[in-house]
Parts: sequence; structure tokens; C-alpha cells
Amino acid sequence: MNGVFAKRRARLLAMKALRDSYTAGERTFTCPACGQESDRKQVAQELYVCPRCGHHLALGAYYRLSTILDPGSFRELNEKFSAADPLEFPGYREKLDAARRKTGLQEAVVTAVGTVDGRRCVVGVMDSRFLMGSMSAAVGEKITLAIEYAAKNKLPLILFTASGGARMQEGILSLMQMAKTSAALARFSEKGLLYIAVLTNPTTGGVTASFASLGDVVLAEPGALIGFAGPRVIQQTIGETLPEGFQRSEYQDRHGFVDAVVPRGRLRETLSRLLRLHERGGRS
Amino acid sequence: MMELTPAQRVAAARHPQRPNAADYIGTLFTDFFEQHGDRLSGEDGAVLGGIALYHGRPVTVIGTRKGRTAEENLRCNFGMPGPAGYRKALRLMRQAEKFRRPVITFIDTAGAYPGLEAEAQGQGEAIARNLFEMSRLTVPVVALVTGEGNSGGALALAVADRVLMLENAVYAILSPEGFASILWKDAQRREEACGIMKLTAPDLLGLGVIDEIIREPEGGAHLAPRVALGEVDRCLSRHLAELLRQSGAALAEARYQKFRRMGADIQREDP
Repeated sequence: MNGVFAKRRARLLAMKALRDSYTAGERTFTCPACGQESDRKQVAQELYVCPRCGHHLALGAYYRLSTILDPGSFRELNEKFSAADPLEFPGYREKLDAARRKTGLQEAVVTAVGTVDGRRCVVGVMDSRFLMGSMSAAVGEKITLAIEYAAKNKLPLILFTASGGARMQEGILSLMQMAKTSAALARFSEKGLLYIAVLTNPTTGGVTASFASLGDVVLAEPGALIGFAGPRVIQQTIGETLPEGFQRSEYQDRHGFVDAVVPRGRLRETLSRLLRLHERGGRS
Repeated sequence: MMELTPAQRVAAARHPQRPNAADYIGTLFTDFFEQHGDRLSGEDGAVLGGIALYHGRPVTVIGTRKGRTAEENLRCNFGMPGPAGYRKALRLMRQAEKFRRPVITFIDTAGAYPGLEAEAQGQGEAIARNLFEMSRLTVPVVALVTGEGNSGGALALAVADRVLMLENAVYAILSPEGFASILWKDAQRREEACGIMKLTAPDLLGLGVIDEIIREPEGGAHLAPRVALGEVDRCLSRHLAELLRQSGAALAEARYQKFRRMGADIQREDP
């Protein structure tokens, strides 16, 4: 019985992941960072890292999950949660509908429970294709529910962040999600459970100023933009050009805000290793 | 009495003669001992904090500080804290926890400072850490939004048992100018932004983000500061007395639930 379900789940995730990945008829792929061409198949094999320059392309949430979780272990949590329009903001509903159609997602985060090399954990993945991964009340709620699920079942938690910051159309309620998620993480932490944050491009604004910065271990993909204020705002404020590499993963590493910059190809084994190293942790 | 429009409230909230943190602390508190430094990287003048007596009881009081003169504003960076300011606030709150003192915060800031140094020192991490730690303090925490409360820079001092707000204060995800510039790429449309952002005290009370509105003298607190200070005092002392009757564990639990509920019931289950 279990085997049947696992197979079905594996197929489901593979299908969703396929939809996420960059499908197009062409054989070649042009990197948006270096402009060089490579074989599309090879790019896919390298998990959408440019074989020429190492640029890490944005990944869809389901595709990301398929690169991290054991086949057949995926079970999505609260998959139907979707933003409402709490402030009745002009044009917001249309924007949401367009984002849903474009991405096939209900919201800017997908949360799931699954295993990594046989170790059960809760994984949340933000998707920057959905309104720039901005934080709506639904995003905050899904993340909080995932934290609470992990706390209740004494499971480690891994969150992949990708966000331009607040969801403007939800105003102050977006801001309050920072407090809600951070408070939930405080409770989670008190249980002695492990939280790993993986920061991907871009991680800015309210997400940086809440759960992205609160990992017991904070990892970052190479070259990701990570910061509170966006570079444009900073440039306007100080009126000078920003140094090369400012707010990138490597810069945050040098300044002490991430534990390690890990290339995408090595993320799964790194997470697996960290889960193994924490296996005996956790107070009841 | 004439109701101000949202844009007029923003103007009142920013009025240079509006009572600031130093006025509140100087008038409503006695024996204020100011504490400097975050013990990590330095002293941030944008955050004013220390120990004082409030109606005879020792409390930790913290506020974002705006100046009135160019010189004052230079010293306090126009009330926009960097990481050192938030970390100083956290240090003082941890002391409050240790010595079982209530925490009272006064919030009036255009936001956390968007600067190169601030980013290099971890502005995001500093704010996140405050949210994390404030959620589990076991002493009473009362936050007063007295002027502008913008962005995570305001929230970093506002994870409180009670969030009280002056009638013409504003509390929002960011400034109306910033909002207009992000959403419409046009900061000039600030008045339109004020209208739809739901940043006024009545809006926020309706959304359950704040707990009570403190009346201001007609036209704004800057026209009769003493009256405004008196209203703040009455409201603050009443809420503090209520909170002091509760156990530390009950306070932390209620505070957690208060923020846990925010936006918990507004997503569509079945699109």
C-alpha cells in the first residue's frame, strides 16, 4: 500500500517539478548573467546553474523540492492556502489571478513534509516567480503552520527563502507576518529543534528581517542578493555607487551573517549532513 | 470635531513640534538614567533608552529619537536606527527581563536606516532578533506609536502586549512615498498612497493591529503638547496596571496568541 502511495507522490512531484523547470523547444540556453550559450540538457543536469559562469538561475518551488527530497517522500502541507484581499486593494485580485495562472501556484511558498536521505523534515520553499515571493498573510500563515507542524512532530525545519519583501497590497498585515513567523520560530527553538535557513536570490526586506535571519544554521546559494533595504533605496539614500558584490551571499558570509555559501549542486548533501549531525537533538 | 484626512494625519505625525520620545520620557517619567551602547559595535543615537520610574515603579523605557534641530537630527540620524540601535534596545529589554521591569517603547520613525553600514552590520538580522526575543519576554511590554511607525524598523520595538496609538499617528509597512515609488514607480503619488494604505489609527484598530487609540487635541498633538502628554499618561498607566496583574507566563502566552492571530483568518482555503 505504502509503496503505491509513494510512487504516486513521486509522480506528482515530478510532474509539478517539470512544470517549474524551464521548458522550451530550443536546444541551447543563453545565460542571463554571462550571455553565453550552453546545451539546455546540461543546464538542467546542473540544476539550472550556468555551466559557463556558475550563475544560479531562479528555481520553481516544486522543482526545488524535487532536488532536495527523497523520491516518493513528498507530502504537501496546506496546499490550498491562497491570498485573499484583506484591504480590498484596487487591482490586487487580478494580480493574484495572473500570478496563479502564470506559475500554477496558489501562493509564493510551498510547504511540505518529506525525507532527505531517509530523515524526516519539514521543508518550505518560496518561489520568486509569484509576485516576487512577497509576503502576504497567506505566506506568513503557511510558514507559521509549517513551523508549528515541525514543532508538534519534533521534526527539523528547512526554509528556502526568495522574496522581494512585503506584499504591498496587504500593507500592515504583511508587516505583522514578520512578528508572527519570528514568534513561532522562538517557540520552535525552545523545543531544541533544528532550523536551517537557505537564502536564495533574492532575499530582502521583511523576510530578511524575520525568518531568513533566524536559522540555527544559515546557508546561502552563491551570488544571491541578501539584505534588508534594497540596493536602489540605499543608493538613493547615500548618493554614491555601491561597491561591487555588495549584499551578495559572499559579502554576507564575510560580514558574519551566513554560515556557509553552498553551490546548488552540493546543497542536498550539505542539508543531509546537517540533519545527521543534529539527529540526537531536541527536547520533548 | 474635524477629522483629518489620512494625508493630513501623515503631516501631523511628522510635525517637528509633535512631542518626541525625549518629551515623553522627560515629562511622564522621573529619575531617567540613559543607557548607551549595544556592547557589540557601538552607540546609536536614534534609539534612546534606559531605566526610569513610571509613577514610582522602575521600568525600562526605549524610544526612537527624532530631533528638532538640524544638529539634533544629525546626532540621532533623523530617528532612523541602525542595527546597533535595535541591539541596544534588545540589550535593555533583556535587562528588563532580568530585573522584572516592564518595558515601555515609544515609536516614531521613518523606518530602519537604509545605509551601507547598516546593511554591513546586519540590519535585517538585528530586527529579526528583536521580534524573536520580544515575543517571549515574561514582563509586561507596552508599545506606543506616537508619530510615524514605518516598516520593520518600527515593528522591531512593537511586539507588545498592548500597542497603543495616538489618534494622528500612522503605522505602516513603509512610508507613503516609498509605497508609491514601489507600487507605481512614482513617489509623487503619496497622497493617493495615504488614502489606500490603511495606515491611520482607526484603520489599524479595525484590523486588530492596535489595541487602543489615544485622543489628541484638535488639529494634532503639536498644538497642545501638554494635553496630549496627559492623555498618553492616562492610557499607558491604565494598561500597565492591567498587565501587572498577570503572571509572566500568561503575558508571554497572550502576546504570542495576539500576533499568531494576525492575518490567520484571511486566506482563501479553496480558490
